[in-house]
Amino acid sequence: MTMSEHTSKAFDADLQDLARVVAEMGGLAERQIGNALQALGRRDPALAQRVIAEDVKIDALQREIEEKAILTIARRQPMAVDLRDVVGALRLSNDLERIGDLAKNIAKRVGALDGELRVPQVMRGVDHMTDLVLAQIKEVLDAYARRDSAKAIVVWRGDEEIDAVNNSLFRELLTYMMEDPRNIGDCIHLLFCAKNIERMGDHATNIAETVYYMVEGRNLAEERPKGDTTSVTNIGFRSP
Amino acid sequence: MSMATLHNQTPVPVVAHTSAATDPGETKIAVRNLNFYYGDNRALKGVDVMLHARKVTAFIGPSGCGKSTLLRVLNRVYDLYPNQRAEGEVLLDGKNILAPGQDLNLLRARVGMVFQKPTPFPMSIYENIAFGVRLYDRLSKSDLDARVEQALRRAALWEEVKDKLSANGLSLSGGQQQRLCIARTVAVKPEVILLDEPCSALDPIATAKIEELIDELKDDYTIAIVTHNMQQAARCSDFTAFMYLGELVEFGTTSKMFTTPSDRRTQDYITGRFG
Repeated sequence: MTMSEHTSKAFDADLQDLARVVAEMGGLAERQIGNALQALGRRDPALAQRVIAEDVKIDALQREIEEKAILTIARRQPMAVDLRDVVGALRLSNDLERIGDLAKNIAKRVGALDGELRVPQVMRGVDHMTDLVLAQIKEVLDAYARRDSAKAIVVWRGDEEIDAVNNSLFRELLTYMMEDPRNIGDCIHLLFCAKNIERMGDHATNIAETVYYMVEGRNLAEERPKGDTTSVTNIGFRSP
Repeated sequence: MSMATLHNQTPVPVVAHTSAATDPGETKIAVRNLNFYYGDNRALKGVDVMLHARKVTAFIGPSGCGKSTLLRVLNRVYDLYPNQRAEGEVLLDGKNILAPGQDLNLLRARVGMVFQKPTPFPMSIYENIAFGVRLYDRLSKSDLDARVEQALRRAALWEEVKDKLSANGLSLSGGQQQRLCIARTVAVKPEVILLDEPCSALDPIATAKIEELIDELKDDYTIAIVTHNMQQAARCSDFTAFMYLGELVEFGTTSKMFTTPSDRRTQDYITGRFG
């Protein structure tokens, strides 16, 4: 940040401390996503268990951010850019906590997908989505750390691609389920995993909006590009 | 599609800052290109600012920035001191009060002032208020009593002093004395009230009472307040003016000034990054 320092050095320290915990939480959330998806790809229950256990750390960091933010507001009465900074940290911590929950949910499903997948080819799409989401989250956390609103806009626009992959994955899974009812079990779980990843992308977009607001002091007005059409998609059976 | 190409699609529109709708309404006082001199020292440099009718305008800025000086021009208190002069225009309802021939007593009745330190007269609570009223109005005893009561009620002091109106004004607590001064100002039915750091010597409870009072008074009066307390400016004003080194740096709705000021100097000042 290019801002000059506060007359009160302790105020600077408070804000830096808050940003540090947000960054730590972001790093942990990234790691959780990576591990959850790796556990899914390898059907690795041990790694999945670790992801589930680690989630309490993310929750604890969220509480820490809330406490620090409230204390800073009470003690410093931040104004303007400082106030947006503190409110931004609160909002970021909410989104990161939700991302953590989604990663945990994917890890839980690893147990249900025991052994070889019946439709291994689906994992290509899942892996692709994961890569995109991880890149988005990395970029947006970077935009936060640098208070870079231009970078936040790039992330904000980047969500469309994740939605597009999710849509095609949705159709693919529907097709496999129609082909053979024995695929349904795996496909349903993978469908939820894909939905979770898509949600993570939405949270990255929220964070991008928050970063933009923190830096610029106004909201991005445009309706966020929404490409998720799975809620309105169906494939009808044709009578023979 | 890469991130870079995504970014290059269209410029991102943003919503204009939506502050709590503050309709400026009519202008009570318009200051135009005001310069002020203490001897050779130029304390105000081409200040342009407006006080909107029945709104509270806060003046903030570091010590020596000219905010108190500006207030002192608005009812020409500076005229009482030698070697002080103002150039430019101060239009009160469109009429320049700096023009020669301005009746200063009448002006000060229309534009009342409350100072940083409570300044009750060394006389009874009743007389503190009646004294000024008698200068402008010939009232019967009962009308005068009513005016005193009304002013004390207006200043939220009546309940505390109604049984001791003959007690000396100086026997009151600091917060009560300040409210007595506000009552005294209100009693002569001014149109504009100037408050020069009215709460700087008061505890938080007395401060809250004065702020509550400001909120009530703005229904009828145009109020200008100079304060060093940023939260106070944020709490009780509709408009805020930031002054620095004798210049008016930024003027805007209070909600905008304290969330997204335009000028870097304003931002540095209100966030505590100054010097």
